[in-house]
Amino acid sequence: MSHPVTSPARAANPVIGRPSAMAEAAAWGLVALGLLVLPAFGSVFVIYMACLIAINVIATVGLNLTVGYTGLLSIGHSAFLGVGAYASALMWIHLGTPLAINIVVGAAMAFAVGLVFGLPALRIKGVYLAIATLAAQYSLYFIFQQWTPVTGGDRGLSLPKFDIFGLGDTGFYYAVAITTLITTFAARNLFRTRIGRSFIAVREKDYAAEVLGINVVHTKLIAFGIGAAYAGIAGALLAAFLRIVNPDQFTLNVSVFFLAAVVVGGRASIVGSILGAIFMTLMPEMLRFVLEHAAGSGADLAGLLSPLREIVFGALIVGFLIFEPRGLSGIVERMFGRSEAVEARQSEH
Amino acid sequence: MMADFLNQFLEFSLVGIASGGIYVLAALGFVIIFKATNIFNFATGEMMMFGTYLFYLVDTQLGLGWVTGLGAALIGSAALAMALERSLLRPLIGRPAVVLVLVTLGISSMLRGVATLIWGPDVRQLTEILPRKPIFLGNILIPGKLAWGFIIVGIVAGLFMAYYRFSRAGTAIRATSTDQITAESLGINIRGVFLLSWGLAGLLTCASGVITGAVNGVTPQLGGVALNVLAVVMLAGMTSVGGVVIAGLFVGWIETISGAYLGASWQSFIPYLVVLVVMVVKPTGLFGERRIERI
Repeated sequence: MSHPVTSPARAANPVIGRPSAMAEAAAWGLVALGLLVLPAFGSVFVIYMACLIAINVIATVGLNLTVGYTGLLSIGHSAFLGVGAYASALMWIHLGTPLAINIVVGAAMAFAVGLVFGLPALRIKGVYLAIATLAAQYSLYFIFQQWTPVTGGDRGLSLPKFDIFGLGDTGFYYAVAITTLITTFAARNLFRTRIGRSFIAVREKDYAAEVLGINVVHTKLIAFGIGAAYAGIAGALLAAFLRIVNPDQFTLNVSVFFLAAVVVGGRASIVGSILGAIFMTLMPEMLRFVLEHAAGSGADLAGLLSPLREIVFGALIVGFLIFEPRGLSGIVERMFGRSEAVEARQSEH
Repeated sequence: MMADFLNQFLEFSLVGIASGGIYVLAALGFVIIFKATNIFNFATGEMMMFGTYLFYLVDTQLGLGWVTGLGAALIGSAALAMALERSLLRPLIGRPAVVLVLVTLGISSMLRGVATLIWGPDVRQLTEILPRKPIFLGNILIPGKLAWGFIIVGIVAGLFMAYYRFSRAGTAIRATSTDQITAESLGINIRGVFLLSWGLAGLLTCASGVITGAVNGVTPQLGGVALNVLAVVMLAGMTSVGGVVIAGLFVGWIETISGAYLGASWQSFIPYLVVLVVMVVKPTGLFGERRIERI
């Protein structure tokens, strides 16, 4: 029973065959090439949005590991972004360590803090993790805000400029792009390993997983911890990107944003996480564009925009869950003619 | 010195317990839905907030007086809750718990957005329906609105619990929460029970919202209060209707005490400490059924 899932599953699974693996490799290559040449063509705004999207992709992939693949609901994802952001900002300000080390420290801190909040909840069956992560959201906000000597309180921390590869903003863009590629690729490959497959097994039927020799509590903890660590990476990049860290960047609304990205993109899908993060990052911009044209000049756009965003986030979550549970990735797969049999076999999570 | 301190402590305690009453009603609204339908309703606070705005709309903006306002708000909230159940949650019956919880989160985001769009982000004061005159118990002063609010909460909670205990519909809800399949095979209309429990939750959350609003005014962020309601529900044990009352008063008390002695920012943090401690020490809560499964 050393490989309970792999061999029979692969034999019965036409999707993980060779031809599609070729196509997938080609897609990865194309994405990498596109990211490489983007600075040559894109304006400052395009590079800015690309960085933001890439950071959100990392965070969304992390949340999808927890929510989509393992079926654990975390509604405090942005708090772990905050942990990573503060940890890396403090490293940079006080020790002057390079970005790569800050990212690793941010991820490790978020992982550790995630375990602190996950441990009590994950021993119990049910949606207790949702409550524990909500507690994390508010407790960590409280700490960010109140621990003024370290976190700078409400005003937060300001960071000096990074210079990576001696390329200025473009250098930072490349750092973000490379990190995003590595983390996304790692997440995709995670589900070919024993750990990744045990996530899915736990989601589908925890008793059955236990019978197969999977330690359910450990698996859940690791899944939640890895999700938090991804948030930590994203947070560390966000801190370096915006060069300011303050408590109001890590509120419940931001967590709902990432949940919406997971649901819209498609739960338990890496491609879905990428699509979802892109869609959700661009959505406020599209909304602003539409509003500006619909309302004309002089209207109170700022006052209108934030409630509209909340309505659209909520409506997207509800609408996709009811009408397209597999999200944008489901739509894409249908467009490329993946057979319905595959869809039917992938039971819902 | 000592007497002063004791006096002050007693005063804070009474104020805390009185403000905890608000949590009781909202938490009852949460528990009734969780018991009947197994849905973990994160939109409880937003249902509270929306009911309060309905009251504000009819009472102040349309100028129809508070009796009409209250009636309209209660009916409107119940109708809204039932509409949400019928249109958004009914199609998802049988899907995993994560999906249902996500939908309630989405609903809460939508309700908050709609309220901000209509009424703006600023505080709106409700008309004075509760007497302002403070009540003195010896040396101890309790703000009048809080005290009267507490009394109303007591009456509403008492009525609800009697209804839940003794009426036919209440029995049907309890039967459904014990075992859905058996209840259905005994001729209980499960879909009706789901609708009814959401309707009742609409009434309860609206009542608690109007009382909260009468004390502090109403903003779109009023629903944030309901996050404290989660602490209450955890402490009470998710499924215990009676336990909610005690837990609600306790959370209100500890919140006010910590706010008074440690500073206002602790106030928002303490309920979550309660949640985490309960989860570590006794996940069934104080009065919960042994329904919780450890793995």
